[in-house]
Amino acid sequence: MNPRFISATLATALVVAGASASAEVKPADLVWEDEIAIPASLSGTAGDPAKGAEVLVKRSLGNCVACHENSAMPDVAFQGNVGPSFDGVGARWSEAELRGIVANAKQVFPGSIMPVFYNDNPDDYIRPGDAYTAKAYNPETFTTLLTAQQIEDVVAYLTTLTEY
Amino acid sequence: MKTFTLNKLMASAAVCMVALSGAASADPHPDAELIIEGELNVKVRAEPAAHLDGAVPEIYSGWLFRTDETRSLQMDDFENPAMLGVEAGQDAWNTVEGAAGKSCADCHGDAAESMKGVRAVMPKVNDNGDLWSTEDYVNNCRTERMEADALKWNSGDLNNMVAYISVQSRGMPVAVQIDGEAEPFWERGKDMYYTRFGQLELSCASCHEENYGMNIRADHLSQGQINGFPTYRLKQGKLISTHNRFRGCIRDTRAESFAMGSQEFRELELYVASRGLGLDTEGVAVRN
Ligand code: HEC
Ligand code: HEC
Repeated sequence: MNPRFISATLATALVVAGASASAEVKPADLVWEDEIAIPASLSGTAGDPAKGAEVLVKRSLGNCVACHENSAMPDVAFQGNVGPSFDGVGARWSEAELRGIVANAKQVFPGSIMPVFYNDNPDDYIRPGDAYTAKAYNPETFTTLLTAQQIEDVVAYLTTLTEY
Repeated sequence: MKTFTLNKLMASAAVCMVALSGAASADPHPDAELIIEGELNVKVRAEPAAHLDGAVPEIYSGWLFRTDETRSLQMDDFENPAMLGVEAGQDAWNTVEGAAGKSCADCHGDAAESMKGVRAVMPKVNDNGDLWSTEDYVNNCRTERMEADALKWNSGDLNNMVAYISVQSRGMPVAVQIDGEAEPFWERGKDMYYTRFGQLELSCASCHEENYGMNIRADHLSQGQINGFPTYRLKQGKLISTHNRFRGCIRDTRAESFAMGSQEFRELELYVASRGLGLDTEGVAVRN
């Protein structure tokens, strides 16, 4: 079983255990405000900034630093510069806007090269593959690049980056 | 609303510029010249071909984006690991194979004469109206004239032979034909270049036209030119073919890639080669 699936399952389990009201919002059900913001949590569970930092760095997760620099992480080698620096990003954007950007950057910045991290519909892509195998996608396993909870975690981390 | 979004991005871009101005330059090397063995000057910068319509201000060989160490390897044939493949290709050129009892040399003589300029015009349309890569011409000679088996795409043997053929065009300008009978292939290759493949929705242009000079994680993006192929990749420790590189780049968009030797990749090869019009053929390059 893939670890992402496990963590998604766990996250959902926690929500249920905590008898929290909101269930996970599916990619097709995102509710936008002003076209660039998503006010409601995707998972119903508060994001964990420490886990978000991991998502930001890990190649198998968000790998956000492939394109973005982040001075708050001087130990992370090889930060890319295809996108803007993360410095001050939490001051520039509200939490709801950051959620919008991370979930679907192409909604916020039309034509952006930043990938859409929360869309599980293979029909929206040209020759979607099975991860990095170069093979065709498997309809059984095709999923979002990040889970709802991972997006909440990244957003929670990004909101802490208020320094320029 | 859109202006509002833009303003915030502009703010971050401005901060970005300030932060970067002190850092090492991410651009292609400003003035390095590729001079092989102290005598053969290979053109690594050029005015863009008219068909590019201003898409990039200047054309750069991938050589200019590599480190000092990697660049110097290509300036010295003893240091250039790709030359081992060239030597193996030369041996194969002179070796009889197949039921017809012939070697390449039996029909083509001295490759330094007969193969001069061949790689510079590849891929090109053959007598039957098909677009063929160098590999296809090699395999056609093997199966039709030598009665030997076709070599597998990107196999060591085929890459070595293409390397030997390519080195005969070293220093000659890329000269692919893109009009006339080549045009429909070229048009399809162009469409492919701008198609945003895979779950990451990235096109060749996303990386090699819009972001060359930038870094994606540890990778310093070049313009993705193919005038240096086949290329010795230090990371893989061997020669790789153009189609192998294409396959890897499309795979990295989380896409279902295409097969090496496919019609799609021949067309893409023609288009990408034409983006390098003005550069010289480097056959055989060293990259990381
Ligand atoms: C392939 C490149 C790429 C990747 C990977 C990527 N981004 Fe981006 N990102 C961009 C670009 C480019 C922009 C600027 C918007 C534009 O012009 O398209 C951007 C903009 C942003 C912004 C707004 C930045 C600002 O300064 O105002 C945020 C926030 C952001 N990205 C977060 C992320 C996160 C979080 C991840 C990973 C989960 C990520 N990005 C992965 C390319 C990327
Ligand atoms: C996700 C980013 C990305 C995309 C999309 C991409 N490439 Fe690349 N490509 C790279 C990286 C990274 C390298 C290695 C560094 C370099 O030479 O740019 C590379 C290298 C190359 C090279 C080798 C250049 C040399 O001088 O050795 C070629 C050719 C190439 N790419 C062609 C393509 C083509 C054609 C496409 C589209 C089918 C494409 N790439 C799509 C990232 C990408």
